[in-house]
Amino acid sequence: MGVLGPKMAFRVLVGCKRVIDYAVKVRVKPDKTGVVTDGVKHSLNPFDEIAIEEAVRLKEKKIATEIVAVSCGPPKCQEVLRTALAMGADRGIHIEVPDEEYASLQPIHVSKILAKLAAQEEASMIIVGKQAIDDDCNQTAQMTAAFLDWPQATFASKIEKTNGDLLVTREVDGGLETIKVKLPAVLSTDLRLNEPRYATLPNIMKAKKKKIDKKKPADLGVDITQHVEVLKVEEPPVRQAGVIIENAEQLVSKLREAGHIQ
Amino acid sequence: MASLMYCGRNVGIKCSRSWLNRTPKHHIFLGFSVRASSSNVETVDGIYTQEHMEMRRSLRKLIDTEINPHVNEWEANKKFPAHEVFKKLGQAGFLGVTKPVEYGGLGLDYSYSVALAEELGNIHCGGIPMAIGVQTDMATPALAKFGSDALRQEFLAPTIAGDLVACIGVSEPHAGSDVSGIKTRAVKDGDDYIINGSKMWITNGLQADWMCCLANTSEGAVHKNKSLICVPLNAPGVNRTTRIDKMGMHSSDTAQVFFEDLRVPQKNLIGEEGMGFTFQMIQFQEERMFGIAGTLTPMERCIQDTIDYTRQRLVFGAPVLDNQTVHFRLAELQTEVELLRSLLYRTVDLYVQGNDVTKFASMGKLKAGRLVRQVADSCVQFWGGMGYADESSVSRAYRDFRLLSIGGGSDETMLSIICKFMGTLPKPPKKK
Repeated sequence: MGVLGPKMAFRVLVGCKRVIDYAVKVRVKPDKTGVVTDGVKHSLNPFDEIAIEEAVRLKEKKIATEIVAVSCGPPKCQEVLRTALAMGADRGIHIEVPDEEYASLQPIHVSKILAKLAAQEEASMIIVGKQAIDDDCNQTAQMTAAFLDWPQATFASKIEKTNGDLLVTREVDGGLETIKVKLPAVLSTDLRLNEPRYATLPNIMKAKKKKIDKKKPADLGVDITQHVEVLKVEEPPVRQAGVIIENAEQLVSKLREAGHIQ
Repeated sequence: MASLMYCGRNVGIKCSRSWLNRTPKHHIFLGFSVRASSSNVETVDGIYTQEHMEMRRSLRKLIDTEINPHVNEWEANKKFPAHEVFKKLGQAGFLGVTKPVEYGGLGLDYSYSVALAEELGNIHCGGIPMAIGVQTDMATPALAKFGSDALRQEFLAPTIAGDLVACIGVSEPHAGSDVSGIKTRAVKDGDDYIINGSKMWITNGLQADWMCCLANTSEGAVHKNKSLICVPLNAPGVNRTTRIDKMGMHSSDTAQVFFEDLRVPQKNLIGEEGMGFTFQMIQFQEERMFGIAGTLTPMERCIQDTIDYTRQRLVFGAPVLDNQTVHFRLAELQTEVELLRSLLYRTVDLYVQGNDVTKFASMGKLKAGRLVRQVADSCVQFWGGMGYADESSVSRAYRDFRLLSIGGGSDETMLSIICKFMGTLPKPPKKK
């Protein structure tokens, strides 16, 4: 595990998922097995972008010494790793999962992969987005912490370092909760943690030269056998058009017609 | 309609992040792709590599957070804060994509400038991309290629950084597309030039710190007596109070600039004296490719906005879009946009390889100017009354992009150039 002396390495592992871009209207495949991804614009999961930004800020504050961006999936995942590298990550690890297996890859598999990598890389911290905007699972950080038996600080809206600990402010229902976690730890980012920077063009070009290692789940001893079977994927029901009514009397009569009031 | 919608995206939410307002996931349209806009389609296309796409992604983010939320206000004010916006673009490295590394540029090939121009089309008006294009691809190419080191240090480096705003001074009240007919004179006096004359239709003219100015530096043959000079505009002898109100491009300020016994050091000359016309013609190639690239995204947005609007808009109980005349016409226009894109990519590819692309760039510029008018006109028609209202995005496009057939060399100038290549341009009458 990472040792936290002043001159020791403080390596941050950041999870980077490639998702359908937020601006794209998602369409369900005609056979209802999933959504259409071919030829659709993808980008780095916005919550993961916040995670990368936070890691870069930790490095700028001389707390972190190295940032390793990790993405699991088909070869195109290297695109989001390049985005992370352009924002300031030092190197990338691409866990190659072919398309057909990627369709059934679940947070539990990714958690196992991240946990193995954290041990291999002697990471001091793992930061991931609290959820991906495609499947909205919100599970990876929690399960990764469990596999590693590390403390977890999820939905972080503020991260401060005090000696060997982290003070993390979390957004919870009804307010803010501040917790202290010992390092190494697993964190997940909430929306208001930071505003991610634009990758500058010089950094985009420099990112081209940064290293991306390729590994397979099997190299880490992780089994990605499918545990969950998707039965069907459907569009949400189309919202019915409303009607504009003139006054309260009309409202009452409409409600009465519909049988909502006596 | 669409412009209002965009504006509303960032209002009333604590965090102004557009991805929070994901487009509602509805509609299945018979398996057809819903989004036609190129920036939403994931392709490493033609001349572009992964780095081009990454650059476009980053620029798009800057546009969505720093520029688009203010466009309606700037359009209404008839001015955008050029120094503020350019500083942001400069810090991100977008103003010197093809410029030498020594002066803060990236030293990349011209395909990156074209990718930039295509992405700038996501700004919800024509005026700001045009102003940026003036800074990057109209006022500075000659300086970057032929200027002295000292001159590049003084004018190019801060322009790339976004600290200085540049403009290009070619057109005059009595000479536009006929560049050779300009009257502004720069006469030597000691170590200086004394400049007299006036420049017309100067984009960024009211806000610019310096002008890349074409002036006659001697008598004699009209193609060999002109020079390009870097002219600081905050100097005595410069009068630029005349702001020109225009039909469109409202966020961009346009000025007439007068020079009266303006003193400029001779060291501000770009390259050799007498080469101005030639330099300007070289500079025009990049301006034209930039101009073509800048129309592609707006045309696609016009078409897409029109699809969205006419799908909702019912006439006689059915969506306007369901009329064959509407969806066929939009398909036709989208096809033409792709054809223009193909010509552009081919032209850029040849240019990057070091070929003269005057013919293709002129053909592309001609076609872009005409096509964007057809697209905007058809879209306004399909929107009906709403299309004629100022607030609709197609109405703004109709006004803004009418300029393309006039500026940067008119359609007729492009046709003359193409005719020269075809050997069909009549010779000028012999002087008696």
